[in-house]
Amino acid sequence: MDHKRAPLNRFLWVLGTIVVVLYALVPVAWLVSLSLKPADELSNGKFLPRSPTLDNYTGAKGVFNDPQFPSALRNSVGIALIATVLAVTLAMFAAYAIVRLDFPGKQFVLGGALAIAMFPPVSIIGPLFNMWRSLRLFDTWPGLIIPYMTFTLPLAIWTLSAFFREIPWDLDKAARVDGATPFQAFRRIIAPLAAPGVFTSAILVFIFAWNDFLFATSLTSTNRARTVPAAIAFFTGSSQFDFPAGQIAAGSVVVTIPIILMVLVFQRRIVAGLTSGAVKG
Amino acid sequence: MTTTAPPQAASDLARRPRARDAGTRAHISDRARAERRLGWMLCAPAVAVMLLVTAYPIVYAIWLSLQKYDLRFPADRRFIGLRNYGAVLSNSIFWQDLYATLVITVLSVAVELLLGFALAYVMHRAIFGRGLVRASLLVPYGIITVVAAFAWRFAFDPTTGFVNGLLNTDTSWFTKPWSAFTVIITTEVWKTTPFMSLLLLAGFTLVPDDLVRAARVDGATGWKRLTKVIIPLMKPAILVALLFRTLDAFRIFDSVYVQTRGAQNTETMSILGYNTLISRLNLGLGSAVSVIIFGLVILIAFLFVKGFGADLSQQRGER
Repeated sequence: MDHKRAPLNRFLWVLGTIVVVLYALVPVAWLVSLSLKPADELSNGKFLPRSPTLDNYTGAKGVFNDPQFPSALRNSVGIALIATVLAVTLAMFAAYAIVRLDFPGKQFVLGGALAIAMFPPVSIIGPLFNMWRSLRLFDTWPGLIIPYMTFTLPLAIWTLSAFFREIPWDLDKAARVDGATPFQAFRRIIAPLAAPGVFTSAILVFIFAWNDFLFATSLTSTNRARTVPAAIAFFTGSSQFDFPAGQIAAGSVVVTIPIILMVLVFQRRIVAGLTSGAVKG
Repeated sequence: MTTTAPPQAASDLARRPRARDAGTRAHISDRARAERRLGWMLCAPAVAVMLLVTAYPIVYAIWLSLQKYDLRFPADRRFIGLRNYGAVLSNSIFWQDLYATLVITVLSVAVELLLGFALAYVMHRAIFGRGLVRASLLVPYGIITVVAAFAWRFAFDPTTGFVNGLLNTDTSWFTKPWSAFTVIITTEVWKTTPFMSLLLLAGFTLVPDDLVRAARVDGATGWKRLTKVIIPLMKPAILVALLFRTLDAFRIFDSVYVQTRGAQNTETMSILGYNTLISRLNLGLGSAVSVIIFGLVILIAFLFVKGFGADLSQQRGER
């Protein structure tokens, strides 16, 4: 069947592949090229810069000398990492219980997670805004970590449950027969086997937290906790008419590089994670 | 839930003869009770967090939505029943925003489905560079939405952009509703089609090759094989992907905020909620908007599950 494709057919497939790659990468290449343009080339309407420069990165008005961007970068990395660790830890416990243990209320946990996956975040920004002001969580790291952790728990619970189902549980049973308590079996036998799934869900959770804009703009107001997406959206030029396209592009490139590295290195895991909840179960 | 690895395991335990300790009924039920307690303990933190950060605030939002409560005039706070809902629903801006949100949702999800299907097919059948295709598709998935929105905004912008040069026009895209919608939908489609195509790719793997080959032997054309064999088998995967993408598109916020801030009638429901709550600090009225959005999301999910029979137990990861 497939191995005797006609040359024309083959050519069309190659073409299709090239189109897909271009589709995905042209906007990114455009940002890179925009970020390398000197100020006087910004509005020449050309795709590529004629005399590329790093001014938008390290120049006097570059993102790394901006009053906001470096601290936003720090906030983003810290908040996303902490939220990831917390969400994955809690989800790991829950997923283990769901896959392995028999207890009433399992449906409630799964149903609740599903409901939250569909929950519109904009519905709770008002209450959270008000609650965070009185709890002094407004404009702090925990103020963002808590919602990120919550909204990524469902994703983490599904992904982990799917991975946990693939684990050879006989080992766990053997350990239990040998006298290990369920908790010991979890810690000594299952946790190491589950590491790849844990890692995959951590990547997905991190991408979510790194991406969020709505909570970041609603629940922060200063450099203390403002993350990169909010900082980029609020970049302002020296005057209303001087829109800092070059700096925005440079900031965008800086925060896109880690994501691109991550998808290149972990593409198999990410795909497995994204599709595991969907059909495999 | 259809099967049940865990109960099976439990009954295994119950049935297993134990040499060491013959009359073990009490022991077994102790063990079952311990298992049950451990299950609750392990789920408790996750459940507590989810309830505290979503269920409690939504109840609080309902409570706020029944009050006149403007943070700029906090002394004026009082209970006013359903009047905030009356004010929102009788305002033409609300209906305009609902319309804009539906336009963006329906058009982008429709394009994403077609394009996502094509991409999934390319990935499924690609002879070379499958890894390359997959890795490049993950770039739009992983990129920050705000960044994607800026990339497309700059691309379409008449002064910085290259799109006008490419299309040989001088359209100023962000000054008219339909062209502004085009840019927003393009951004949304570019960013989220890869996710859709990965879900659909997983659906493709559900279609047994033998069945497609048998249909071909029976003389079914490519189109017939697609519509009569492949799509029906993939229907569950398609519906779940559609449901999730529809709900996701319905709460669109980032790209509209970055590209138009709601100008040219592109304001969406989420932008309306954000503006009322955070920019105008009107917690009462804003909460009414929030609760309405919440209700609409439930309605959409209900329509998918009851109307199209989307089977979410699959998505829940149960077998």
